[in-house]
Amino acid sequence: MNAWRRALQGLPLIVAVLALWELVGLTGWVNPKVLPPPHAVAARWWEYLAPPQPYDPEAGSRLAWLLSGELVQDAAGSLYRVLAGFVLGAALAVPVGLLMGASSRVYGLCNPLLQILRPIPPIAYIPLSILWFGLGNPPAIFLIAIGAFFPVLMNTIAGVRSVDGIFLRAAQNLGAGRLTIFRRVILPASMPYVLTGMRVGIGTAFIVVIVAEMIAVNNGLGFRILEAREYFWSDKIIAGMLSIGLIGLAIDQGMSLINNHLLRWHRGLEH
Amino acid sequence: MPAILIERVSKAFPTSRAAVTALENIDLEIPAGQFVCLLGPSGCGKSTLLNAVAGFARPDAGRILVNGVPVTGPSPERGMVFQEYALFPWMTVAQNVAFGLEVKRMPKAAVQARVDELLHMLKLSEFAERYPKELSGGMRQRVAIARVLALDSPILLMDEPFGALDALTRRSLQDELLRLWSELGKTVLFVTHSIEESIFLADRIVVMTYRPGTVKRDLRVDLPRPRDPAAPEFNQLKRELSELVAQEQTRHEADERLALTTD
Ligand SMILES: Nc1ncnc2c1ncn2[C@@H]1O[C@H](COP(=O)(O)OP(=O)(O)O)[C@@H](O)[C@H]1O
Ligand SMILES: [Mg+2]
Repeated sequence: MNAWRRALQGLPLIVAVLALWELVGLTGWVNPKVLPPPHAVAARWWEYLAPPQPYDPEAGSRLAWLLSGELVQDAAGSLYRVLAGFVLGAALAVPVGLLMGASSRVYGLCNPLLQILRPIPPIAYIPLSILWFGLGNPPAIFLIAIGAFFPVLMNTIAGVRSVDGIFLRAAQNLGAGRLTIFRRVILPASMPYVLTGMRVGIGTAFIVVIVAEMIAVNNGLGFRILEAREYFWSDKIIAGMLSIGLIGLAIDQGMSLINNHLLRWHRGLEH
Repeated sequence: MPAILIERVSKAFPTSRAAVTALENIDLEIPAGQFVCLLGPSGCGKSTLLNAVAGFARPDAGRILVNGVPVTGPSPERGMVFQEYALFPWMTVAQNVAFGLEVKRMPKAAVQARVDELLHMLKLSEFAERYPKELSGGMRQRVAIARVLALDSPILLMDEPFGALDALTRRSLQDELLRLWSELGKTVLFVTHSIEESIFLADRIVVMTYRPGTVKRDLRVDLPRPRDPAAPEFNQLKRELSELVAQEQTRHEADERLALTTD
């Protein structure tokens, strides 16, 4: 409820920006080919979202028809890549991060290599990924996995290192061995950091997917806005950008909900 | 055979200036079932000694025997209660209390029964499914005590367990602790800097000196329980101990001033 009220607080500014934007178009100050007014963007957005064919019960279910619009197809493609790449990157980063955080020997071994690789932006892997994987989903998923890997890794290491020594002593005192301490103390105690890393990581993954689609794939939200540029469809570009923003927001909110549920024990989250 | 035997135990911490001698030649013999308080101003080595008995840190010299066996590391036979509670915040009250039992691979049903019993004993039953963050300090310390009692350790080590609690909560937990101690017959080594708390609880009070930490006075408290803090004997003892502790407190403060001027 509170969240809604906070969102409503920002409504006046949004309305004002839309009004100003519409006004700019109405007065003819700017060429609508460069900056189409909001109502044109909205119309184009609807066209982008709506199913291309009228409903035909022969062809399939109503749901399939509802989801047959180009925007839905693009969003599904992008989300699939984000999810596949993120799961791949995080599934590598969490165990490596746990080991590096828990063992100074593993840390000493892996850290120099990772410090060399970490500053390379995921985008810089594009040529290599196309060389290795060709075009289509594989290079995109590879790039996204790299984008998600480092935030999750760094936060997991920090999480393990931040585990308060008193928990370890308490667990030892209660008779726990190394494996139990790792599983039942270090893992849950570092969870707030790991989840923060995942939230950042999925954000990065979402950035990388758009770039990857502009280069290696021929569907998805990133591909679509670049394609629209070739036809000078600035209304469709903006509609696509806003879709990207809204989906990104939804992902972040979803992650935040999952975090709050998993960390309901956590001190910082009094509700 | 004493429950805890501490023989010529010394420990120093290296610092940038000079090594701090936290403990020097401590000798203590604690028979089974005794309630002993370690009393002294902060910095006199009480926690260092308790941690050595718990097995968290080895002394540099000397040895510690528990029921005749040298201490080599932490063990559930020496249950520890920390001032900061050290409850696992990601576990509910019941899960915290069950932890030591699950580690021992006790069957599920038996764990459940034992946890229920302990929660009942510490008047925590209605908080079983709560997380520590939802509890007051006093309730958290009750959970920590229940968690340690689950181990059935013959020895209980407590490092200023009630130091962070308000006076009323502290008194009620002291009563509770004495009740459990007399019911369960454990050996208790209890660290405090509160003179009144030590007289209220202990069979025996060991006053420590400040740097190096040594035993300044080892005295028995023969007052009958429950003890009345308003009784003349109580206050007589309190005056006596206040003087001893004040001498060490003065040395502590002088030391801090010195450290300030030589920096
Ligand atoms: N890890 C440490 N490193 C350096 N000095 C320490 C360390 N732990 C304790 N000390 C020093 O040893 C002395 C005894 O500390 P401690 O046992 O914690 O005292 P108490 O519990 O009586 O307050 C103090 O002067 C403290 O500064
Ligand atoms: Mg202390």
